[in-house]
Amino acid sequence: MKIAVCIKRVPDTEARVKVGADGKSIDESGVKFVLNPYDEYAVEEALRLKEKAGAGEVAVIALGGDAAQETIRTALAMGADRGVLLRTDTIPLDPLPVARALADELRPGGFDLVLCGKQAVDDSSHAVGVMIAELLGVPSVAAVAKLAIADGKGTAEREIEGGVEVVTFSLPAVVTADKGLNEPRYPALKGIMAAKKKPLEVKPAAMPPAGLDVLELAYPPERKAGRIVGEGADAVPALIDALRTEAKVL
Amino acid sequence: MANVLVVLEQRDGVLKRVALEVLTAGRRLADQLSGEVHAIALGPAGFSADAAGAHGADRVFLAADDQVRLYQPGPYAATIAERAKGGYAVVLLGATALGKDLAPRLAARLGAPLAADVTELGVDGGRIVVTRPVYAGKAFYRLRVNAPLAVVSMRPNSVMPAQAARAGAVEPIAIVAGVGATTTAVKEPEHAALDVAEAGIVVGGGRGLKDAGQFKLLEDLAAAFGGQAAVGASRAVVDAGWRPHAEQVGQTGKTVSPNLYIAVGISGAIQHLAGMRTSKVIVAINKDKDAPIFKVADYGIVGDLFEVIPRLTQEIRKVRGA
Repeated sequence: MKIAVCIKRVPDTEARVKVGADGKSIDESGVKFVLNPYDEYAVEEALRLKEKAGAGEVAVIALGGDAAQETIRTALAMGADRGVLLRTDTIPLDPLPVARALADELRPGGFDLVLCGKQAVDDSSHAVGVMIAELLGVPSVAAVAKLAIADGKGTAEREIEGGVEVVTFSLPAVVTADKGLNEPRYPALKGIMAAKKKPLEVKPAAMPPAGLDVLELAYPPERKAGRIVGEGADAVPALIDALRTEAKVL
Repeated sequence: MANVLVVLEQRDGVLKRVALEVLTAGRRLADQLSGEVHAIALGPAGFSADAAGAHGADRVFLAADDQVRLYQPGPYAATIAERAKGGYAVVLLGATALGKDLAPRLAARLGAPLAADVTELGVDGGRIVVTRPVYAGKAFYRLRVNAPLAVVSMRPNSVMPAQAARAGAVEPIAIVAGVGATTTAVKEPEHAALDVAEAGIVVGGGRGLKDAGQFKLLEDLAAAFGGQAAVGASRAVVDAGWRPHAEQVGQTGKTVSPNLYIAVGISGAIQHLAGMRTSKVIVAINKDKDAPIFKVADYGIVGDLFEVIPRLTQEIRKVRGA
């Protein structure tokens, strides 16, 4: 089974975000970057599917700057076979040019399955995986928490508001991973050593112009300082009163 | 022409609240663009999008067909993309599970930029400008559309539905066949619960609850609000297996904007705050007076939640019963 996984380098979810001097992007100094958490589920699922099939290849593809090579090495250390970096200095906020560059790379690859995280935890467009499928003209299922693949067909479950959709599809296809799909492995020392020797190809990303211009990146408005209405259960009536008369939400 | 095409979402043949929110946002945008609002709705046979005219739709394209009783990505994308080619400036939909799946399909088919999960929408110098939170709400972008057509999905609860009576003339349309994955069923939980991202009130629980069984206290409190409230959970609680991921609020869970968020036994890790800081009113109940959650809370009670919550539930029942 030939599987591609699209991954992204993102700030750690515990990182504080600082707006950069240009007012249009984040200040990356001192920020810890990680493999996007949802992409970890995608890499893990690809490895499990390959292991189950007993043969095949897992290729990881990232779009980003040189530092994304480190992110690719993380996926290689988990067990992926090879990496490709589509190199660009800036990743546009419009997901379509990103999806186009990735789809162009994937198209001649003959992959049975493309896995992505359901969203990147930085700009959270939850779009690129599904767009890749549309551009390749193959079926896709987004935000999958349960996946079974057999005989060229797949069944997936994805959470919707107050329920779970059961979706069937045929391969080749694109599936985007949600939390709950699996428990990703930690790279072992042996894997980390092996990853250094695995092939990692770097080539320029060919992206058409973006359809969104960044006007500004800013902090959300500070919340007005609140107050402690009291201590313990005796403070409940004061809270109820504040919610009714001040906040008017009851 | 600068018309707005609004995709109306239904479930089991009933328009969702988010459909009216998006319609309201679409009406305001169309007024700024001096254009019309056209709504498009797909749903089961017998489904009618009656409320659309009252909320600002000039025309309503309706495909009521059992082929699309459930969300089928292929026919949905094909039918709406076909309609969207008719000179629109924007296709607007809700950033729900359906909208998050459908929006990128439409954008890819239409060759249009996508602004996902936006909280504000306006016009500046004739161009559409959106605000969208990133890093799960730790910052936000203001973006300007630089294309003839854009696809925009709006975060649920960012707009209050408003009446704006228009003709809303319904025109039946046919489903356009489309290939793709097939939704075969929707499994509903035994106890149908309101989704945490859609609820007007969220009662969020953290490690302070001590074990999974104690969440009964929060379920009771949520129930006291009479069907408007959902239970949410912190990442720690979900990772411990106490609550399902569907309830997780935060950067690797859901971002919520309810009218009232009650944080119970949640210390307020940065990735949790990111997911709920756009709530209109935040109440925190925690025994640690220095917990970071109090910095974002409008009202706080310092105390033992096992004493405070039952009392709060009792008082809410009184208020609601009155």
